[in-house]
Amino acid sequence: MKKNAAMQKLIAAIAGRLVIAVPYLWLFLFFLVPFFIVVKISLSQVAMAIPAYQPAFDLSQGFAANFEKLKQLSIDNYRWLLDDALYFKAYLSSLFIAGVSTVLTLIVGYPLAYGMARAPSTLRPTLLMLVILPFWTSFLIRVYAWIGILKPEGLLNQFLMWAHVIDTPLTILNTNTAVFIGIVYSYLPFMVLPIYSALEKMDYSLVEAAQDLGSPPLAAFWKITFPLSLPGVIAGSFLVFIPAMGEFVIPDLLGGSQTLMIGKTLWSEFFSNRDWPVSSAVAVVLLVILIVPIVLFQRAQVRAQESGK
Amino acid sequence: MESFGSFRRKFAPWNDPAVKPYIQFENVTKVFGDFTAVDDLSLNVFNREFFALLGASGCGKSTLLRMLAGFEEPSSGRILLDGQDLRGIPPYRRPVNMMFQSYALFPHMTVEGNIAFGLKQDGMAKSEIDARIGEMLKLVKLEQFAKRKPHQLSGGQRQRVALARAVAKRPKVLLLDEPLGALDKKLREETQFELMDLQYKLGLTFMVVTHDQEEAMTMADRIAVMDQGRIMQVATPAEVYEAPASKFVADFIGNVNILDGVVEKFANGEAEISAAAQGLTIRAETGKTLSSDQKVWFAVRPEKIRISREKPENASFNAVEGELWDIAYFGDMTVFHVRLDNGALIKASSLNAVRKVDNPLGYEDRVWVSFDTDAGLVLTA
Repeated sequence: MKKNAAMQKLIAAIAGRLVIAVPYLWLFLFFLVPFFIVVKISLSQVAMAIPAYQPAFDLSQGFAANFEKLKQLSIDNYRWLLDDALYFKAYLSSLFIAGVSTVLTLIVGYPLAYGMARAPSTLRPTLLMLVILPFWTSFLIRVYAWIGILKPEGLLNQFLMWAHVIDTPLTILNTNTAVFIGIVYSYLPFMVLPIYSALEKMDYSLVEAAQDLGSPPLAAFWKITFPLSLPGVIAGSFLVFIPAMGEFVIPDLLGGSQTLMIGKTLWSEFFSNRDWPVSSAVAVVLLVILIVPIVLFQRAQVRAQESGK
Repeated sequence: MESFGSFRRKFAPWNDPAVKPYIQFENVTKVFGDFTAVDDLSLNVFNREFFALLGASGCGKSTLLRMLAGFEEPSSGRILLDGQDLRGIPPYRRPVNMMFQSYALFPHMTVEGNIAFGLKQDGMAKSEIDARIGEMLKLVKLEQFAKRKPHQLSGGQRQRVALARAVAKRPKVLLLDEPLGALDKKLREETQFELMDLQYKLGLTFMVVTHDQEEAMTMADRIAVMDQGRIMQVATPAEVYEAPASKFVADFIGNVNILDGVVEKFANGEAEISAAAQGLTIRAETGKTLSSDQKVWFAVRPEKIRISREKPENASFNAVEGELWDIAYFGDMTVFHVRLDNGALIKASSLNAVRKVDNPLGYEDRVWVSFDTDAGLVLTA
């Protein structure tokens, strides 16, 4: 009888571990293993072969032969990234574009989220739906649609000329402006949703209390509403900044030849130069750069959860 | 003037026509869509008064308070504070402060920061602010909690911070929206007395909204009983209890037996009323002028009804026999439900002033209930 109970306890414990093991296994198979493959390729040399690098491990050659190949790995590709200013500029330019886009998204997204959170509660689900609705269409198609809007003979220029605001079409497509527009548009929901959720759960009587104590509405906003929505602002900013940093599709389709972003550089190394090792090195460095904001994001999330108690 | 119950202090400016009211609601109506929250309401509150608005939820008491704070504007009518019409003055310029039901403490600020918030808005000097914070913390006995955040405080402590924050600016009127609603019973009783003490010390006018009649009765100088956006009666707690203006107020405040009756005779301020449902003849003193065959209600509180095994001396009126149906023992007192022979129920209560009782009353005992001619009240509305 007693033995049976102990047995059941053991089974329960193992089952508990197994459940936790599933996500770990998933992350191991689909994140960690591919990542180490990329790291390994970044330490290899380019080769006109299949695969496009060497050394290539081959399990059929036995352990010793494969171990011997390890010695051929080097950090030459990383040195190369340092030697050629192009990469440094591309990283810097990506940081700049992602940073500016994040600020712009915040400026557009905050009032939107605020309006939604203050809307009558019967209207809020509809507004929330409208924010999410663009996700129902392919991201690629939506970015292509912006080409149609922004090109010299596009909808925007046609409208502005019809309204006699301008005489000659504006050049927006294939500039950084178009990239900013594209990123702000595409990532807006990631900014709006966390801010909305922070504002929506805020007790409105706090604002009334601030006004009651002598704060005009604008002062009450900056002293009460904004600080209390800060966790949402921080979450939204990271959710925009991190993917925008490695963005490839938007700068490729909307940006011009002078638009330098690391995602584009990576793509051309990979597909135009067929230099897998260097592009893998670029990817690894990008990940290392992004670890800083990701760690900051995690810490902000933990802090927000603790203070929310 | 008749007086009822006990006086807490000699303070009755409402009886003195020479005293000007401090807060005046003049024919105030507030309509939300097709719902009338406050209906043509007029009310005067006096300086240094502890005034309570009492009513069930949705009776319009909170709306009245919010109109005074400036969060709502009256649809019609006007509100004057110290002679000044408040219409169009935004909440942040009104010399009133509110203690919110949820306390609405700023979660990202310390206790100190919360109290300082309103003072900083006024552009008070730093040294003065610090002195005022110290004074407020002392007042609510939270000196050692100055640096805590609201989520690190207990419910009672939070309530004190909210109170300190609201009185820190020395408002002309302090509005309290269900100030004790979130506290447990014991703490609520303690805090009631603290609030009264504080109001007296600071010499402020308090206007409190509550649905808890005990709270209103304990704390307030006067109570306004509200129903459906209208005031049913404004009077001292003792008057509201002992001389309710209507059947609604009598029923709303405390426990009461309300008997339907018809006036048989009326002469020299004494009415003879027959209550058919109870098979009872009532003789009652009344200040009202009644006429024969008029339909009235007779309200009598349980504690004013005697209960005994013996038949009272004069059982021809104000006395009826029945069977003990229910006994609720509260320790300090016992409430008896007596079922009359025709099925009607009458509530009577008695104080347990003696520890040991020989042969106490028990279920199904035959008993008599009786009361004096001045025990109850004849109501016509």
